[in-house]
Amino acid sequence: MPKIKTYAEINQKLKQGKAVVLTAEEVTKMAQHASPAEIAEKVDVVTTATFGAMCSSGAIINFGHASPPIRMEKIRLNGVPCYEGLAAVDSYIGATACDPENPSYGGAHVIQDLLEGKDVILEAWGKGTDCYPRKYIKTKININTINEFTLFNPRNAYQNYNVAVNTTKKMIHTYMGTLLPNMRNATYSTSGELSPLLNDPDLRTIGIGTRIFLGGAQGFVVWNGTQFHTTKPKNEYGVPITNAATISVIGNLKEMSPEYLQAVYYEKYGTSMFIGIGIPIPILDEEMARRVSIANSQIQTSVLDYGTEGTPKLGQVTYEELQSGSVKVKGQKVRTAPVSSLSKARKIAAELKEWLQNGRFEISQPVQLFPKNTSLNSLKETEAEND
Amino acid sequence: MIKKRYVLNFPPESGDKPLSYHLVRDYDIRINILKAEVYPGKRGSLLLELQGKKENIEKGVQYLTDHQVICEPLDKRLHFQEEKCIDCGNCTAVCFAGALTMNRDSWKLQFDKNKCVVCELCIPACPLHLFEIDFR
Repeated sequence: MPKIKTYAEINQKLKQGKAVVLTAEEVTKMAQHASPAEIAEKVDVVTTATFGAMCSSGAIINFGHASPPIRMEKIRLNGVPCYEGLAAVDSYIGATACDPENPSYGGAHVIQDLLEGKDVILEAWGKGTDCYPRKYIKTKININTINEFTLFNPRNAYQNYNVAVNTTKKMIHTYMGTLLPNMRNATYSTSGELSPLLNDPDLRTIGIGTRIFLGGAQGFVVWNGTQFHTTKPKNEYGVPITNAATISVIGNLKEMSPEYLQAVYYEKYGTSMFIGIGIPIPILDEEMARRVSIANSQIQTSVLDYGTEGTPKLGQVTYEELQSGSVKVKGQKVRTAPVSSLSKARKIAAELKEWLQNGRFEISQPVQLFPKNTSLNSLKETEAEND
Repeated sequence: MIKKRYVLNFPPESGDKPLSYHLVRDYDIRINILKAEVYPGKRGSLLLELQGKKENIEKGVQYLTDHQVICEPLDKRLHFQEEKCIDCGNCTAVCFAGALTMNRDSWKLQFDKNKCVVCELCIPACPLHLFEIDFR
């Protein structure tokens, strides 16, 4: 009968400082000599991490009420538009929001400025009502003056991601970086064998309520991410060979650190935010031990041509090949470059490991697992009726 | 023998002198022009790789300076805010000269300034805008 550990048993060991915690890279190395059964016996938790641009991110802010009060019906923070359809002084600022006149400073930069303790100019307009008579306010806010400041990201930590190339004769600017013409470079985005959702491809331990490392603080998985797709083709190791599952996460920005959140601007694309996420994976049984042992040589991803409409697939490569510095695509040797930070992901995995070992961080069993057999709708264009 | 890259800025009045010819003939310096922008009557900028004896290169640079050419080592013209770098790798995607590469063990960015050809692609490619190049 194979041994099965429970969440409670693992938490007990963590509290006593007796748990064995490894990073996903360390356990992959261990798996060169140890069987899944041995790993399940010896290892309790494996930490995974990623630090990459995640455009579907943003913050909930409550500004507090001014006197006289205003029902904010149009809101700008340092000139960046924020959502105005949430009561009087609640708002949501998305990482990619911007004033088209100033495209290199976006919502991500506002979040970062607030996080770094800087003053930000709030400007808001309302029509004036009996209970909210004021029509205009302009003032400075900062992280200490606002009430809630909550990072709430609808789609983060993609399970695998495509490799981007450009076969056209013109340089193109994308969220996967600058793609040189004639397939002179290829960019890739995940941390491979260290990437959270690649280490639990069937999402047995990552679900609603999973406690995670988010931006340097404790956060939670709250839902499946948007564009959650669990029926993409998988390879012989059970890992999807293109972007598949995603998670939605939440956490208190007032506890986070600028070290693990970074606003960025991609030329001729727009703003986004690098988000630091670390997820602990409990080694409940041999099956989980086998999953976390996955190596870069066993994870494939698809090479897509971002220069051609419909982004046709040109080939398939492993993360081992991507990290070697070049891959072969259609017989051509193409230089590779990462666009997410593996060194920072390693730092997060190491920090989460330390938190677990010091008893500062408990693992949590998902309250509910994510849906299975999901796929995506594309946006069909039907003629809107004019009534 | 040493090899070093310099950025040369020519004032408008120096455009008619065969300065690089003198570098080769009088100071025995091998020159390699890596980038040139010449606007007659306005200005000229050159990225030059000089290869030769250290003392000859020093003399050659002095010769250029004496002829009102501003001559500075390339690395002094490349500004990179290293402390803010998150090692994402975006700049290495466009650096075909191989000056910006990822260390394959630490996955930290390495910048070998002496390989830069001032193509300037890293400037917009860096999502944090940490590069500045002073060529013109």
